[in-house]
Amino acid sequence: MLQGHLDIQLIAIVTAVACSLPGVFLVLRRMTLMSDAISHAILPGIVLAFFLTESLSSPLLILAAAGTGVLTVVFVELLQRTKLIKEDAAIGLTFPALFSIGVILISRFAGNVHLDIDAVLLGELAYAPLNRLKIADYDLGPASLYVMGVMLVLNLTFILLFYKELKLATFDASLAATLGFAPALIHYGLMTLVSMTTVGAFDAVGSILVVALIAGPPATAYLMTDSLTRMLILSAIIGSVNAVAGYWVAYLFDVSIAGAIATMTLLIFVLVFLVVPNRGVIAIARRHARQKWEFAQTMLVIHLLNHEGLPEAEAESEIAHLHEHLRWDPAFANQVVRYALNNQCVSQDETLLILTDRGRAIAQQALVQ
Amino acid sequence: MQPLETKAIEVTDLTVAYQDKPVLWDIDLDVPPGVLLSIVGPNGAGKTTLIKAILGLVRPAAGNVLIYDKPYEAQRRIVGYVPQRGTVDWDFPTNVLDVVMMGRYGALGWIRRPGKQERELAMHALEKVGLEEYRARQISQLSGGQQQRVFLARALVQDATIYLMDEPFQGVDATTERAIVTLLQELRANGKTVVVVHHDLQTVEDYFDWVMLLNIRRVASGPVAETFTPDNLRETYGGRVAFIKNQ
Repeated sequence: MLQGHLDIQLIAIVTAVACSLPGVFLVLRRMTLMSDAISHAILPGIVLAFFLTESLSSPLLILAAAGTGVLTVVFVELLQRTKLIKEDAAIGLTFPALFSIGVILISRFAGNVHLDIDAVLLGELAYAPLNRLKIADYDLGPASLYVMGVMLVLNLTFILLFYKELKLATFDASLAATLGFAPALIHYGLMTLVSMTTVGAFDAVGSILVVALIAGPPATAYLMTDSLTRMLILSAIIGSVNAVAGYWVAYLFDVSIAGAIATMTLLIFVLVFLVVPNRGVIAIARRHARQKWEFAQTMLVIHLLNHEGLPEAEAESEIAHLHEHLRWDPAFANQVVRYALNNQCVSQDETLLILTDRGRAIAQQALVQ
Repeated sequence: MQPLETKAIEVTDLTVAYQDKPVLWDIDLDVPPGVLLSIVGPNGAGKTTLIKAILGLVRPAAGNVLIYDKPYEAQRRIVGYVPQRGTVDWDFPTNVLDVVMMGRYGALGWIRRPGKQERELAMHALEKVGLEEYRARQISQLSGGQQQRVFLARALVQDATIYLMDEPFQGVDATTERAIVTLLQELRANGKTVVVVHHDLQTVEDYFDWVMLLNIRRVASGPVAETFTPDNLRETYGGRVAFIKNQ
């Protein structure tokens, strides 16, 4: 049983990392929907190759599926180029058409064969280790670990070799074209890998949840960093964490592993979305709150500075009457005074507020700007 | 003009159409080396398309473009391009220095990575546009004018002979505009040819020495003094321009 735990988690991690790497570029190219389309549209490719080979782990399956995946991209782009429909509608038209061909093929011809729609759609990670890779009766481990391992190596090699080209073509395709880097070639190279990775992963997580592996970790990593390299590394790490956490959630609650991994992907995204420094929701709310108090404090010190040393100074700096002068809500005025006292911008002399040097400097600086 | 003079850019009978809608009709344009040329014309005149056609980014329905007597593909190395600022996603996870180094990618070719030399060239270009302090800044945290200057620096590191710029003054403040003009004139002083898509008729005479008036077809092109006339402007803008000259 221990071996089973390990096998499944290894498959999940390798699959997650293999998906998240090309996923980074899909997210940056705003093409995550295309991965959804590909993951569905590869079905007829899988089915046809399955009829030919009668095996679910044949390499031909991956190639045929990758072919249909790239075909999806071509169809979508052809439709788009007519300028009669936009990209989203083109995607919405293309992949159900291809997917339904696959569904019809399965229902018509694959009656008793081991290829059911559930397995293709949802996958079953728990059974993945049962399909072993054997050479001369020697057990080398789960077959899908090898399939996804090869995909991981392919994706990693592609990205390492063409990192510069991918970056340029993603950021500025027209500059890439003028410099002679054939962005269309890079685009289709990437799409081929996405198709192959998707079909490799459908065994483990099914063709629907694979999108969670492709889009989730990069979208999470995108919130955390300003560097493409770090975004790639973080995506791989987040993908692995999602995979392991999802596996144990599934184990503890006895639910679908793929479903648990996809749920963890969402949870971790939301968590990062909330707590990440600088651009997380909480950081932004705190910054807004701080800015509000800082601004009020600045108004207060400018007010004190303006009347400092003048005959009316005493009346203007009376704490109890501050809210009347500044037309502030009394409670708000009290809070601002407390904030400014805490920051040592003002000091209190019985009922009067006195500017400190620090407060005077802040007021003068604000007035100069 | 001497007929035997080499031409930096030679456009002949260029027609570009989207489906059957012509965007450029039979354009002829000779750009002599070392001029600072502005392309002006109303919205939808095809200014950006002309630049893109010169760069081989759009396929012409007819006609030809030569860069120093050779097709663009053979001359990539000597042409620098500054696209419109709005054509890229400034939220892309990268910093200023990195974007400027992209200008060296063409010289590096496939697979080879930028190194110390590229970094130094990029830093030098950033100094030229006054952004050296911003080298590590994420590009989304720049103002519009700073983004435009990053694009200029990226073209400068290409060390090109010809520069094609699409609306480099769009949405920049007066300070940046002056800095860019100084830079353009410096390029010309160094013998570079600079072609700029421009929309502010008021500044054409101050900034440029050559001008092309374009409205789907070429109305006129040549030295500003001879070409930038009220008659030509009226023809380009269809009589909707009743200002500038003789003000």
